[in-house]
Amino acid sequence: MSHDYTTDEMMTVVAARQLRDGQVVFVGIGLPSEAANLARLTHAPNAVLIYESGTIGTRPEVLPLSIGDPELAETADMVVSVPEIFAYWLQSGRIDVGFLSAAQIDSCGNLNSTVIGDYDRPRVRLPGAGGAPEIASAARQVIVTLRHSARAFVPKVDFCTSTGTRVSVVITDLGVLKREPSSRELYLVALHPGVDLDQVREQTGWDLKVSDHLTVSEPPSAEELGVLRLLLERTAAAHAV
Amino acid sequence: MAEFTTLHDAVADLVHDGDSVALEGFTHLIPFAAGHEIIRQERRDLTLIRLTPDLIYDQMIGMGCAARLVFSWGGNPGVGSLHRFRDAVENGYPAPLEIEEDSHAGMSVRYSAGASGLPFGVIRANTGSDLFKHNAVAPIVCPFTGEELAAVPALNPDVTVIHAQQADRKGHIGLWGITGVQREAVLAARRSLVTVEEVVDELRPLGPNHVKLPSWVVDAVAVVPGGTHPSYAMGYSTRDNAFYTRWDDISRERDRFTRWMEENVLEVAG
Repeated sequence: MSHDYTTDEMMTVVAARQLRDGQVVFVGIGLPSEAANLARLTHAPNAVLIYESGTIGTRPEVLPLSIGDPELAETADMVVSVPEIFAYWLQSGRIDVGFLSAAQIDSCGNLNSTVIGDYDRPRVRLPGAGGAPEIASAARQVIVTLRHSARAFVPKVDFCTSTGTRVSVVITDLGVLKREPSSRELYLVALHPGVDLDQVREQTGWDLKVSDHLTVSEPPSAEELGVLRLLLERTAAAHAV
Repeated sequence: MAEFTTLHDAVADLVHDGDSVALEGFTHLIPFAAGHEIIRQERRDLTLIRLTPDLIYDQMIGMGCAARLVFSWGGNPGVGSLHRFRDAVENGYPAPLEIEEDSHAGMSVRYSAGASGLPFGVIRANTGSDLFKHNAVAPIVCPFTGEELAAVPALNPDVTVIHAQQADRKGHIGLWGITGVQREAVLAARRSLVTVEEVVDELRPLGPNHVKLPSWVVDAVAVVPGGTHPSYAMGYSTRDNAFYTRWDDISRERDRFTRWMEENVLEVAG
């Protein structure tokens, strides 16, 4: 089945739809930043985007490559220090949504961005925690977005960088996972158009539970796709090597 | 009072083998020129402290300056791995690198405790992170509420190095934009060096979040325009994102990295 959009575009659009207008969002770099800015440029113009570099209420014209690009500081309502952003703004409980990605996720939403293999003798040394432990435990709700693969969706993360207890939804390039009430485990609740269930099971390293009310994601609208593509074009031009 | 001097003399005077050294700057205002001078003066067995090691510590680790790294996020932002850091952790090349790892919140509280003259700082213990199994965090009970919290040890570097936009003629320092943990890192340190874009008659910010440090908490000031490239100084330069992307290739293989460092750092006068 062919579409006029890519699986990555589908993922970003569905991730963006999770944010509500006016929410205060602590944004990780990469896929979360792309989705949060798409939300801000479409249905959530009053979302307050906060990056851990200390930029509060930022409205970048192009996606930042790093968490501290000039674009973030120049378009922010205000800029504060790093001790202040973590103490007064995050750990104090002022954040509605933490928006994260990771190298690995398990069935309970625990995330790993630290090591693959043993901590003291890692096969792959990943960047590490950054702000994730406090974002995942202090934001009222955590949204995760990452690409679906059996390497990333593992029965148990090699290292628990941040807890999954507040993860409410996981958006991938294949579908959407959520928690059912009274369950710690994530359930598949939606497939993106053209994706079949076996494909998701194949790319999930545990016995994936499927909701009784499995749905199909609404395809991207012309507006969503248009705004996203313009954003990515501006970004590519700005960061051209 | 801060003394105006050259970068070469400031590093020779303030940074010694075996020191714990913090070159701070959160993406913005990273003191690259000072890091390169430390590499040229062949300092060894340093404990390097930084929230985000970034390219500058990748270079210092790859050139054999470091025995230990205290950090919270060791990647090339938006690009991928720090290959020299990974080679040191995964393969012990060019020397084994001991690591002490925290979250950004933990690191910033540790600097704040150091700046306050306190032995430890406090963060919440409910993060569920495996980091707590591997770092120096200790459980502590709030004497007022009984809440279980986590104590993290103060950071007091032997030397902190930062880059700022301006110094005035008395050596007072002004920086703005994203200022990270620089104020805390300078106040926590036993000695400090600030490189600046320029010396001005009066400190005047060209951006938000103006932070000032008085001359008498700084040991040395060196004027190094562009001393933060490929990072940036808001109001003076912009981040060289293309270089950050190219670093992935330059640093991936040991030989190419070493050649690049010889041509672009070692053979360049400080």
